[in-house]
Amino acid sequence: MTAAVADGWTMTRRNMIHVIRAPEELILYFSLPIMFVLVFGYVFGSGMQVSGGGNYREFLLPGVFVMTMLYGLGATATGVALDLSRGVVDRFRSMPMARSALMTGRGAADLLRALLEMSTLLVCGLLVGWQCRQGVGRALLAVGLLLLLRIAITWVGIYLALLVRNPDTVGMIVFPVAFPFTAISNVFVSPELMPSVIGAISQWNPLSATVAAIRELFGNPGLGGDSWPAEHAMLLAVVWPVLLIATFAPLAVRRYQRLSR
Amino acid sequence: MTTFDVTAEGLGKRYGPTRALDTFDLTVPTGTVHGLLGPNGAGKTTAVRILTTLLRFDAGRATVAGFDVRRQPDEVRARIALTGQYAAVDETLSGRQNLELFGRLFRLGRRAARQRADELLERFGLDEAAGRSAGEYSGGMRRRLDLAASLIRTPRVLFLDEPTTGLDPRSRNQVWDLVRGLVAEGTTVLLTTQYLEEADQLADRISVIDAGRVVAEGTPDELKSMTGGDRIEVVVRDAADLDRAAGIVAPICGVEPERDPEIRRLSVPVADRVAGLVDVVRALDDAGIVVEDVGLRRATLDEAFLYLTGHRPDEAREPVGVGRKADVA
Repeated sequence: MTAAVADGWTMTRRNMIHVIRAPEELILYFSLPIMFVLVFGYVFGSGMQVSGGGNYREFLLPGVFVMTMLYGLGATATGVALDLSRGVVDRFRSMPMARSALMTGRGAADLLRALLEMSTLLVCGLLVGWQCRQGVGRALLAVGLLLLLRIAITWVGIYLALLVRNPDTVGMIVFPVAFPFTAISNVFVSPELMPSVIGAISQWNPLSATVAAIRELFGNPGLGGDSWPAEHAMLLAVVWPVLLIATFAPLAVRRYQRLSR
Repeated sequence: MTTFDVTAEGLGKRYGPTRALDTFDLTVPTGTVHGLLGPNGAGKTTAVRILTTLLRFDAGRATVAGFDVRRQPDEVRARIALTGQYAAVDETLSGRQNLELFGRLFRLGRRAARQRADELLERFGLDEAAGRSAGEYSGGMRRRLDLAASLIRTPRVLFLDEPTTGLDPRSRNQVWDLVRGLVAEGTTVLLTTQYLEEADQLADRISVIDAGRVVAEGTPDELKSMTGGDRIEVVVRDAADLDRAAGIVAPICGVEPERDPEIRRLSVPVADRVAGLVDVVRALDDAGIVVEDVGLRRATLDEAFLYLTGHRPDEAREPVGVGRKADVA
């Protein structure tokens, strides 16, 4: 057990060194959410309404936080696929190390990275007029929900990488997989303002649950009406990620073990 | 008593209808170098991946360093190291960071890991490149780094899967020297290669493998002698003398020589190299036959391989499954 933790930490450090040695990738991942803030906040934002009233940029920022967690999928999946394609995993697997460390190390490093990304975004948010109105305790709770979502997405990413294996292909499919989840959700537009079927899908989107929950915790506008998922956003923001982890973690572990077939 | 660091009995591995390994047997005595020689697709890499616990197998039994590969994989992993065809290092990390990473995973403390990394970087001539990403290394440097990573703890059994494939001759010689040094320190080595010269240079014993099974096993000399061993070759000045010369040589060597009139050459296998040569030269001289050239030639491992498998080692083979069907037909 202690060996698993020690090896997991060693692998975490390895993955963090990757970030430090190749910062251009990090900059790329930062630039997307910042671009969304600028484009949606200032270009489209002037024509956008928030259901129930309120500042659009303040409505938008929690959505961008969640979106940033989602696009972490790309970093996780390509990282794992690159490892698999380069034979370094063969060395790890032929060493007397904890077999879990490859995945726990990846997960922990991605979480640290998510923290880094989130701090940057929080500062950017404050600069464009977003506010955190409910105190530090609730804000930390919101950050906790975001990280929980990130953990779930990490497992989806690990599974995706083990399934597809080819790093180039993985890199290409991440965006088409992830984009519909952000479009048909409450990230940019309140579901109450969408056509009924699409609105309902948006309400039940796992991302929407986290977005609605952190809007409430940060005290931002656009709480999302009186539908069941909107009323129970806090509950769903925990249940959805836990469900995803319970599904994708065992799938990923099984795929990993199948490497020895 | 001889102890064995690697044993395999009747190993089998199938991929669908294809048998990658088929009743594969192997014994490697402690402290020796054993070569697995065979063409691409013969099953060498499959055998190594099974013995290093990376791949499950369907049939048979295997032990490494005295532990059962199937039942005690952790014990096996604690005593082996693997350097594969593709350098298994982290390309983003620097050379030093790679060695420190693997050192930590071998449970060395931080300081010990750093110290070991420095020692290995110096020993492998990588100290100047220690801070650069392994991805920027040349093929030879990367392979040396890969070997260094395998030696963080001196392994009891080192598996080298085509360690010099794609390397230039200088880098190849460096790798060979490193392997010899390790063996001198007592490590057992299982080496796969498609280069006969490499097997000849490094291995104490060689298993020739083809289509997933061992077709011959022995020392390099034994394998060479399987093709008929050494030969005496005589070139006469006058082609007209060829038949007469053959008549003189045949009773000495006990075999009818092969004749090649175009180059006026006789070639005959010989059991006792030196005595045979002396007798042949004297008898030809006595008969007044003018000899232009005479010599002893050792069979090459190349000829042994051709003889044993029916094709040259660098020829790509048909997939094993298909080949078998053709054999039956």
